[in-house]
Amino acid sequence: MITGRFFAAGADRRIAITIFILLAVAVIVPLLNLAVSPASAFYVPSYIVALTGKYLCYALLALALDLVWGYCGILSLGHGAFFALGGYAMGMYLMRQIGSRGVYGNPILPDFMVFLNYKELPWFWYGFDHFWFAGLMVLAVPGLLAFVFGWFAFRSRVTGVYLSIITQAMTYALLLAFFRNDMGFGGNNGLTDFKDILGFNVQADATRSALFAASAVMLALAVFVTWAIVGSKYGKLLMAVRDAESRTRFLGWRAENVKLFAFTVSAVMAGIAGALYVPQVGIINPGEFEPSNSIEVVVWAAVGGRGTIVGPIIGALLVNAGKSWFTGVLPEFWLFALGGLFVAVTLLLPKGIIGMWDSWRGNAKALRAASVAEEAGSDSDVPPPAKVVRSEARKPGDWSASNPEPQPAE
Amino acid sequence: MSKSNTILYLDGVSVSFDGFRAINNLSLVLDKGEMRAIIGPNGAGKTTMMDIVTGKTRPDEGEVFFDGQVDLTKHDEAEIAMMGIGRKFQKPTVFESHTIEENLMLALKGPRSIFPALFHRRSAAETRQIDDILGIIRLGDKRDELAANLSHGQKQWLEIGMLLAQDPKLLLVDEPVAGMTDAETEETARLLKDIARDHSVIVVEHDMHFVRELGVKVTCLHEGSVLSEGTLDFVSADERVVEVYLGR
Repeated sequence: MITGRFFAAGADRRIAITIFILLAVAVIVPLLNLAVSPASAFYVPSYIVALTGKYLCYALLALALDLVWGYCGILSLGHGAFFALGGYAMGMYLMRQIGSRGVYGNPILPDFMVFLNYKELPWFWYGFDHFWFAGLMVLAVPGLLAFVFGWFAFRSRVTGVYLSIITQAMTYALLLAFFRNDMGFGGNNGLTDFKDILGFNVQADATRSALFAASAVMLALAVFVTWAIVGSKYGKLLMAVRDAESRTRFLGWRAENVKLFAFTVSAVMAGIAGALYVPQVGIINPGEFEPSNSIEVVVWAAVGGRGTIVGPIIGALLVNAGKSWFTGVLPEFWLFALGGLFVAVTLLLPKGIIGMWDSWRGNAKALRAASVAEEAGSDSDVPPPAKVVRSEARKPGDWSASNPEPQPAE
Repeated sequence: MSKSNTILYLDGVSVSFDGFRAINNLSLVLDKGEMRAIIGPNGAGKTTMMDIVTGKTRPDEGEVFFDGQVDLTKHDEAEIAMMGIGRKFQKPTVFESHTIEENLMLALKGPRSIFPALFHRRSAAETRQIDDILGIIRLGDKRDELAANLSHGQKQWLEIGMLLAQDPKLLLVDEPVAGMTDAETEETARLLKDIARDHSVIVVEHDMHFVRELGVKVTCLHEGSVLSEGTLDFVSADERVVEVYLGR
């Protein structure tokens, strides 16, 4: 009944439990992979470690999107771009680590540059041989792009569908740019054939386990940060901007700055997710900028429950597990299944899995209260079911909107 | 006309949307501490006038001064709000997903930048202020309720409470009693008269009983300019006012 308690607990406890589970998984899974003999029933195969590590990065991306979509009503259809930029920053570090072990054996230039007749390293590749520099770029590049993009978009009061369209255009533009060979990022093939990360072989089981643990810990940290943000006065303001932007303006708040901060934080989180993703899958190419990737993230968040912290994580894990299974069994139908899932969730579960669970719990509680009161021969203090649902869903970090639809542009 | 002792000074203001003149050479002066009722048929430009004062709409021409010297046409909504102009919308607009208390907390006067809000801890003084306002708007027993669960009239009051929390010098109140019962309307009139003791107030309203209840100077707008100004009795006796209202 662990899952039952996990879901039933109040929102703050739910956050604590989520963080606890993630940290526990970060320790247990690597142990079961490395310290347990492959013959044992408890052994976790390496491919499972790599696969779930990838899912955890997706979950972090979904959480990042939910911070702006669920809590601020900014439906970004370009979050895959921030993820990919973080991934490219990490990929550049990994490329520099190959050194002279590449096919062409050039100690400075990565293989694709030798192949494309580069004479020297482009200036924007400088520094990426240091992990700290690459780590900084993982945060700075997506953060800066989001800041500049958001600065113009929010100041010009671009909202709703229009904003979604320009975020989509942004990721598409980056897709086309990164496809070009003379951009200096490996063009069509992207960056791959990685050897080492921080001196450890990226293919080794121990390194993969460490990357898995890093992903789980980072997700736990992101859950905590998101929870702290949405529980603060700023978080209340964020939701206020989502629900009644003009009201916040006439109270003296700068709605554009409120959005800009959340958008930038969210992009940085997405960048970190991408940086953890790349060493685990071993490749980054322009396909990650594909607009459909960004839309898929929206589906994960919607399935799990936007405007909640745990929801997008559950959504990302479930949909991706489903995808792995489905593409194995019926590969050509996956996109139909995904589309169908989105339609079904929008129509039947507008608040996602978490929202459905909360309202189900709320109803069950009210029913129980009603039957208890009936037995006691009094129904004076039975709360109406709808009220219970609301107050359940109200606690910080577990906010569910009455109508967080993207608002039409004015 | 001297601007020096006015809280709000509009002179020769015009604005048009796609060729339609919503405000046409409007001049209006509000003294410090005054409460004014503005009436007028639909489309008279009442709400557009508020949009201009609060920085939502820029006038095509004319002067708009606040507190005698601040040119409001050079500032945006947030700046104008911070200078001390509070606005209640025609349709009550509160943060429905927050509790009454949180609504007031977001409105309380204080720093308006991101980082203070991120690390904000509520002080005892703030709690006291919120308590006071809850008492004034008579929602003390509902502080932890979601604003979405309030009745229409209570939302109107909460929005007025949010204006008070902002502690503005001038309040613009757009149709505060729309959709209220007679008892609520009377309460609201009393509330606004209380507020008017230490604030300047402009009330836009259709409800003549309510305007009479307020007992203040009345300005009647028509087609974007002032048609008549004076006591309610004077204005309602004005032939032209009767004409625009009854369409004779």
